[in-house]
Amino acid sequence: MARSNKPIVWGPFAAGGTLTAFLTPALVTLTLLAGLGHVPDVLAYERLHAIAAHWLGKAALITVIFLSLWSVAHRLRITLYDIGVRADTGVAVAVYSAAGLASIAAAVFLFRL
Amino acid sequence: MAEEVSRKPYVREMTYRWIFRHPRYLRYMAREFSCLFIGGWTLLMVWGLKQLAEGPAAWAAFLECLKSPASIVFHVLALGFATYHSITWFNLTPKALPLQIGEAFVPDAVIAGAHYAAWALLSLVLLKLAGAY
Repeated sequence: MARSNKPIVWGPFAAGGTLTAFLTPALVTLTLLAGLGHVPDVLAYERLHAIAAHWLGKAALITVIFLSLWSVAHRLRITLYDIGVRADTGVAVAVYSAAGLASIAAAVFLFRL
Repeated sequence: MAEEVSRKPYVREMTYRWIFRHPRYLRYMAREFSCLFIGGWTLLMVWGLKQLAEGPAAWAAFLECLKSPASIVFHVLALGFATYHSITWFNLTPKALPLQIGEAFVPDAVIAGAHYAAWALLSLVLLKLAGAY
């Protein structure tokens, strides 16, 4: 039987796609409101710091960030292939690494809190 | 993705121009390009975490950056594309998760509709808990 790494790549993509579908519009609304001068309570320094300092908050944030970035990376890879970029292996390495590195960076910042 | 083949394979020339050949292709690409906005916004949040970790002054500077016209334009586009991603994702859910009760399949509209309802409820609860309204 042919072995494929597709499920490993596709699993987090599906999870991230579902998570972003449910959460991202509301989350973007929060930072948009902050930009318009109406800062939601949760974005006040003390509130957000308390959430991010708690282990449950850290786990939630890192899960959302990693799954979002992974699904974005996977979709970007497919899109680049669709618009004619045929160097798929290079693209795959680049986008998945970028998603992984940004997630690690987020984890480092979270543990510095 | 490309299979290894022996001898000389015929490689068909491929460009981005096919996108504009049919509105359906353009809608597909709009859906796929939503990833740039969702990804961009997520990276912005990673930077926000860095600012948060550096203390109240750095966090205040981050909030100030969100007020720039470029940030507002980006956020409006990101909100539009993120919403489009949600709509297309939930419309596809009945295809990914067909639900059979007895002999009959649950109609697509019911499965998609349940997801829309959950999405609306979750968003309202999230915005409420966040103190957005």
